[in-house]
Amino acid sequence: MENIISIFIKSIFIDNMVFAFFFGMCSFIAVSKSVKTAMGLGAAVTFVMVTTVPLNYLLNEYILSPGALGWINPAYGVGGAQEVDLSFLSFILFIAVIASFVQLVEMVVEKFAPALYNQLGIFLPLIAVNCAIMGGSLFMQERAYASAGEATAFAAGSGIGWWLAIILLAAIREKITYSNVPAPLKGVGITFILTGLMGIAFMTFMGIQL
Amino acid sequence: MFSAKNMKLLTSPFGVNNPITVQILGICSALAVTAKLKPAFVMALSVTVVTAFASLIISLIRNGIPSRIRIIVQLVVIAALVILVDQVLKAYVYDVSKQLSVFVGLIITNCIIMGRIEAFALGNKPWPSFLDGIGNGVGYGIILIILGFFRELLGAGTLWGYPVLEKLGLYHVGYVNNGLMILPPMALICVGLIIWIQRSRNKNLIEK
Repeated sequence: MENIISIFIKSIFIDNMVFAFFFGMCSFIAVSKSVKTAMGLGAAVTFVMVTTVPLNYLLNEYILSPGALGWINPAYGVGGAQEVDLSFLSFILFIAVIASFVQLVEMVVEKFAPALYNQLGIFLPLIAVNCAIMGGSLFMQERAYASAGEATAFAAGSGIGWWLAIILLAAIREKITYSNVPAPLKGVGITFILTGLMGIAFMTFMGIQL
Repeated sequence: MFSAKNMKLLTSPFGVNNPITVQILGICSALAVTAKLKPAFVMALSVTVVTAFASLIISLIRNGIPSRIRIIVQLVVIAALVILVDQVLKAYVYDVSKQLSVFVGLIITNCIIMGRIEAFALGNKPWPSFLDGIGNGVGYGIILIILGFFRELLGAGTLWGYPVLEKLGLYHVGYVNNGLMILPPMALICVGLIIWIQRSRNKNLIEK
């Protein structure tokens, strides 16, 4: 349990998806103009992350990683299943899970909560190509978490960390529209520099031992 | 084959229509792999190959894709190409492949590829789409190499692993590497500076 909590806290603050790994930068820069839309996107990303990472964890554990097919009973006439290594297929399977999940979520939301669907608009399908989601699954595979619980804690922490970062940036950008920024830096340029400065601030969490 | 229109498709992403500094696409990987010059170069090459061929393939089958499921079709094509690139990297440049780690897989979700397919390849013939893919890949590569050059030179004092500053004898006169250049936040600030320089030279790009 302690392990799960420390993974959760660590992935929010210390290994923050945005400031430590730059995941999901494109939508982070593009959708952070107002706090309200940033809030919606952050919630959607967190939700998709928390659902797809555990799914991909199970895929990785029981199908993809070397020797994962050991559960197939040799009595079915499939010998040597233990030696199969399908890990080269992980990119295509992970992205298929993410894309189909996003499509599914889109259909369900459209059917049962049309108001929310209109609010999220174009962001919903775009989550499929948000690097933070794919990055979450790939990190889960690389770091080899011991249980589905740990993987879920990591996913929830990363999602919330991303959510926190985009709300903070959106709040700063709402204020900075009143400031006198040099013309060539207006918009995107100053946003990059702001994100860099926020990253330096977040680096102070690195010293924390969990 | 190489009419003026096609050449414009190929060369405009190098500058006025650069994917990173103007279209703001594909930033995640541009920032993460540029602490050293070599991974930056390998990444630029891989992205160029994937963008060009993904645009070509999608453009060839564009009339047969139902628009409701087009994102999944595009992702499958891209993912297949990225698996090929990943296997080639693992076979020939294993050390760089280790350094890039998850970022090879993240080429799949690199917005440049999806962005160019959505914005260009779905509505144009294969050959112009292929050129557009190469152009955007190279435009992305130019920024990566500029970033990698300065971050490695100022942060570690080397270029492509060769100790340039040590050979120049700068350390004897009291020069110290700037460790901040290798850390993630500095990559963002460097991109901000590149955007600043580009937009002050080309006033048309300034945002209102």
